[in-house]
Amino acid sequence: MSRSVFRIVAIPFMAVVFGVLIGALLIVSQGGSPAEAYKALLVGGLGDSDAVLRTLQKATPLIFGGLAVAFAFKAGMFNIGGQGQLLVGAVFAAGVGFGIDGLPVLIHLPAALIVGAVAGALWGGIAGTLKATTGAHEVIVTIMLNFVAGNLTDWLAANPWKDNSGSNIVARTPLVENSATIPTIGAVPVGFLLAVAVSVACWLVLERTSYGFEVRSVGHNRHAAQYSGMKVGWIMSSTMAVSGMLAGLGGAVESLGVDGRFEAGVNVGLGFEGITIALLARANPLGVIPAALLVGLMEAGAARMQYKSDVAPELIDVIQALILFFVAAPIIIRWLLRMRHDNSEQLQLGAGWGKS
Amino acid sequence: MTETLLGARKVRKEFPGVLANDDISISLQPGRILALLGENGAGKSTLVNILFGMYRPDEGHVIIKDEIVDLRGPDEAISRGIGMVHQHFQLVPPMRVVENIVLGAEPTRRGLVDLDEARTRVIALSERYGLEVDPDALVEDLPVGMQQRVEILKALYRDADVLILDEPTGVLTPQEADHLLGVLRELTETGLGIVFITHKLREVLAIADDIVVLRNGQVVGETRPSDTDESDLAEMMVGRNVMLQVEKSVSRPGDPVLEVKELEVKDDRGQIALDSLSFEVRAGEILGVAGVEGNGQRELVEAITGLRAPSVGVMKIEGEELTGESPRQITKKGVAHIPEDREKHGVVAIYSLAENTILNRYHRKPFSIRGILRRDVIRSHAQDVVDEFDVRTPSISVPASSLSGGNKQKLIVGREFSDDIKLLIAAQPTRGIDIGAIEFIHRRILEQRDKGAAVLLVSAELDEILGLSDRIAVLYDGKIMDVVDAQEANREQIGLLMAGITD
Ligand SMILES: Nc1ncnc2c1ncn2[C@@H]1O[C@H](COP(=O)(O)OP(=O)(O)OP(=O)(O)O)[C@@H](O)[C@H]1O
Ligand SMILES: [Mg+2]
Repeated sequence: MSRSVFRIVAIPFMAVVFGVLIGALLIVSQGGSPAEAYKALLVGGLGDSDAVLRTLQKATPLIFGGLAVAFAFKAGMFNIGGQGQLLVGAVFAAGVGFGIDGLPVLIHLPAALIVGAVAGALWGGIAGTLKATTGAHEVIVTIMLNFVAGNLTDWLAANPWKDNSGSNIVARTPLVENSATIPTIGAVPVGFLLAVAVSVACWLVLERTSYGFEVRSVGHNRHAAQYSGMKVGWIMSSTMAVSGMLAGLGGAVESLGVDGRFEAGVNVGLGFEGITIALLARANPLGVIPAALLVGLMEAGAARMQYKSDVAPELIDVIQALILFFVAAPIIIRWLLRMRHDNSEQLQLGAGWGKS
Repeated sequence: MTETLLGARKVRKEFPGVLANDDISISLQPGRILALLGENGAGKSTLVNILFGMYRPDEGHVIIKDEIVDLRGPDEAISRGIGMVHQHFQLVPPMRVVENIVLGAEPTRRGLVDLDEARTRVIALSERYGLEVDPDALVEDLPVGMQQRVEILKALYRDADVLILDEPTGVLTPQEADHLLGVLRELTETGLGIVFITHKLREVLAIADDIVVLRNGQVVGETRPSDTDESDLAEMMVGRNVMLQVEKSVSRPGDPVLEVKELEVKDDRGQIALDSLSFEVRAGEILGVAGVEGNGQRELVEAITGLRAPSVGVMKIEGEELTGESPRQITKKGVAHIPEDREKHGVVAIYSLAENTILNRYHRKPFSIRGILRRDVIRSHAQDVVDEFDVRTPSISVPASSLSGGNKQKLIVGREFSDDIKLLIAAQPTRGIDIGAIEFIHRRILEQRDKGAAVLLVSAELDEILGLSDRIAVLYDGKIMDVVDAQEANREQIGLLMAGITD
């Protein structure tokens, strides 16, 4: 058992190590000092309670985005539409957050979160249902829905829900009410706690419930699932809805806990980082937490790194891309480490990505 | 002169908890056929996988043409003249036959694949060895027997001196199997050596030059067809006396359990696969469905189990309408189904054995309550299935993919038998299973019958049909040619009916 755990963790871990090492080479090639830069990065992400708060805040939507991709992946589907689902979740949660006042926190905040989650679920559910009923590939559909969501939320933020206070010309909603704002406890945002709880819940659902069993069965062997009497179409649409819900929650948490409003363009890219996180976590909902923390830490510390050692924050993107590259191509790591690999010990990352 | 074309010297291979190969030495000489025999899980596939470079031995060596080699992978084995036909074909279904054969070794002209040249070579090859195929057919449209030919041609195209075949006849009809054996014999005349795995003793005696018997990862016997016979071999494999034919009492059929009327079913391509079929299976009887594969058997089983919607017709179980019900509803009515294709429908390869034993009953008590899986119950149930059906495995936590082929089959049969069954649909229930386990499974099927279940047995093995059935329906081209009483049936008569000939 411990041996197989080691095998599962080894690749992501080494991917991070190699990503950081190559990042160091890049810093040197630019005449910088990797030690200084990485130290600044760490201090910026962990140095004091403000830094920790930043890291946790950055990590929170990443957890949701990673969960969204991981969950869909368990049913053998590639949800590339996290971005769109996150946007609709963010805008509708903000809508409830600023649009209603006079509610107590215990009602207003959950209501806003739930509306964001439902919006994401509907957005993801569309792709799942189209796949189940017409066979439309979820990758294509979710990419298209990303554009629709982008334009829809831009329009909402620029027109009916625009913040008309002062001389604002930015496409953004008004700030959400205090009663809809996610509080922080010390350096820990409550949204992060929620994300951790949801990760655990996802793991429990997948591993311990009969619904999760159906999801995994469909993901690993659709024919056997059908033979076993599972409703494959329903599992696919519901899984995409759950996946969308997770991304939508991520958007809601972003609006209600980090930005305090929805602003067009601010969340761009967050949904896609979910793919990196899920891959790094090898689609394990519990693995998503450390993966998101790592990326969150890098993003939180990037500003300090630039200011202290003059290394461009884009380096972080490069390192992330490298990590993703090594995770996706584990054969390179095996080769670099001369890890013996033989067909009898095949590591399975589950059913193939993007299979129709 | 080469002594050993392909061999193993003191090979050892251990999987977590299993010593699959223990100090095995074998040697194949040019122009000879070596048959590997042994129980399910004895280590046959592991051994040939080592010879083909798929696995590395923990100890010992592979020998190719009298030379000790350290194979880095199948590519190296191929380049040294070893060809292997896996039980699971490694073909690209949407591509044409000729493309599949030359894939990876394409003749090129000015950097482009020269398909004309490829076709010429493929045709020459297939004519030379009597392995006719249509080079332009799509692989996905071919029946299994043809796909296997493509696999063999693929190896020959790469100038193989040795051909390894892992249970090649398991998926073939008896006619196809006989043809294959003839082809193999012919191949050896050019000096090619063949390693051949099978559970069918008849084939071993008919074709092998040398026989090696494995048990628990060790060589327990080496012999030649002239020095042995079926019961001898069976005993060597299993370590005890095996009944090659189960005894069965006379059936006492009761009321009809399954009634099928005017059933019409289309196949994947929309052609009529079953043409107004009517029959019934009664409680306490076994109806055997004989027929050359591809005459509608698959569609029949899929229709009854709810996996394929019939276009016309009525199916009833104990008078209740079955037509249009979902597989879940049908299972609920007491229908158990041993699927024909165990890899596709029968198991989820990366699931543990425990998860696989609840594949179609995870949603029911006692395996889950209010949607929560009960792991203790599931585990103890799985342990029961594994013990009772003698599934050879170090634990119920290992993935099904680590089981040997026959042990996977036993697991599926065990899962399907662990219920009160009204109707048992057994499609190729003993495919890939060793003779000791066949005896056991046949007994269990008869036991179900005697407990009052109706059994629909679909099998390509005529011996199995004749040995188990009470009545035999012969399917030809989607129609039932005749239903005969098993006691009055004989091989020739059934064989003629299977070929569509009535007198
Ligand atoms: N990849 C693997 N991982 C773990 N155990 C394995 C693996 N492959 C085979 N085994 C185990 O090694 C033993 C030998 O398996 P093998 O497949 O060689 O048997 P076999 O003789 O081919 O049986 P069968 O007749 O059923 O095909 C079995 O106990 C099996 O469970
Ligand atoms: Mg085998």
